[in-house]
Amino acid sequence: MTTVLVVTSGKGGVGKTTSAAALSAALAQSGQNVVVVDFDVGLRNLDLVMGAQRRVVFDLINVVQGDAKLAQALIRDKRIDTLSLLPASQTRDKDALSAEGVERVIDQLREKFDWVVCDSPAGIERGATLAMRHADAAIVVTNPEVSSVRDSDRIIGLLDSKTARAEKGERIDKHLLLTRYDPVRAARGEMLKTEDVLEILSIPLLGIIPESELVLRSSNLGSPVTIGNPNSPPARAYFEAARRLRGETLVVSVPAQRRSLVGRLFGRRAVA
Amino acid sequence: MALVLAPEAPVEDWLDALDAQVERSPAFFEGRPVVLDLAALPSTQPNVAGLLQRLHGRGIRIIGTEGAHPSWQGLESWAPLHANGTRPARPIDVPDERRTEQVLPASSQENNSLLLDQPVRSGQSIVFEKGDVTVVGSVASGAEVIAGGSIHVYGTLRGRAIAGLTGNNRARIFCRKLEAELLAIDGVYLTADDMSAALRGRPVQAWLTGEAMMLATLDGTEERKR
Repeated sequence: MTTVLVVTSGKGGVGKTTSAAALSAALAQSGQNVVVVDFDVGLRNLDLVMGAQRRVVFDLINVVQGDAKLAQALIRDKRIDTLSLLPASQTRDKDALSAEGVERVIDQLREKFDWVVCDSPAGIERGATLAMRHADAAIVVTNPEVSSVRDSDRIIGLLDSKTARAEKGERIDKHLLLTRYDPVRAARGEMLKTEDVLEILSIPLLGIIPESELVLRSSNLGSPVTIGNPNSPPARAYFEAARRLRGETLVVSVPAQRRSLVGRLFGRRAVA
Repeated sequence: MALVLAPEAPVEDWLDALDAQVERSPAFFEGRPVVLDLAALPSTQPNVAGLLQRLHGRGIRIIGTEGAHPSWQGLESWAPLHANGTRPARPIDVPDERRTEQVLPASSQENNSLLLDQPVRSGQSIVFEKGDVTVVGSVASGAEVIAGGSIHVYGTLRGRAIAGLTGNNRARIFCRKLEAELLAIDGVYLTADDMSAALRGRPVQAWLTGEAMMLATLDGTEERKR
């Protein structure tokens, strides 16, 4: 039974693409057949984050418009052979996506994979609505700050009204992934508290990803953190989130503030 | 929903008061059709058409006038309601094509009440003119609930609640936790800035006494009129 999963947020820059890549890699490492589809037509990034930018020949638009076969456009990851990428086009825009074409591609992908992960563009326009259109489940990526939370709330409303499942009167599973969580700033009260975010959005928590420069460094190297640094705290959080997606019940751990001895000795002075 | 504006003489003072109000809540008139009730202006009022132009210049979308004196010139282009003669100065129901999303009754138990057992999400607009709306959940920042009767929110009210839409000044707003952006009953409204800090985050009800909105905690320990 294939699950079509959309990774969405409304707001840009919260970590959708990074999370889509890291979670897909984590799911694939557990033996699942995973394809991750870049819906950000015109501003494609997923190929870079996955380290596949030099292997893109055909893309989603070519397949949607019937100019290429799906098998020609899919790029298999060199490190994990159960992980594939369907890249977006950089030269076109979202108007090139047709609703029928997207539906056909998703149906074809359902036959080949266990997980179809759709990396949504920011915003609530055509690209984002088409990315969520055929989803069975959604991951709402949110940073612990007010604008991100309100945009996520808006997206949850759209997930409950504009998706194919919602229109049939069915529900779509929604999971909250809290990213860029900074334990130091949380302790200082500079970020929204996890329980406040959960209270506002009232959807189940899939995981809390700590802010880490490793995530950015991995993205820049074209290697999702779950491949490049699998033992780092953010990678462990993504692996746990992937296990929860597969139905395991795990307690969500809130990243704690860990300071080195030097940090404890001089942290205060540096702030003052 | 249509709002009714009733200019009073002297018009300059009235416009100043209007500007002050718009400054307090800049988005209040955004996308809302407005009916202009001119009955309070003296029949000798000069240049009424100019007044309409000046309101239009403030971005207020006037869909019609009522109570205009027959001797006034230049109102023809604003006339859809004027042509029908006067009507009660009450909000008039006009379909608002700019609403991005209308959530239809999920489980309407009776004709005169609407029960929602889902949170109202940012960007959603629940409009129910026939009676009361009950939300079992929260109303998000950037969402609005508009009811002909009272509004009950058994979660946190963070968005807008507009009760008594059809001229019901006995309508009330109840919420388990007040964080609202705007409360309105029968055209009298209160923005977050004007709400007492002592009431924030508490279970609160709002009602009208005359033209003043009253707020009090549900246990009655804290009461503030605006």
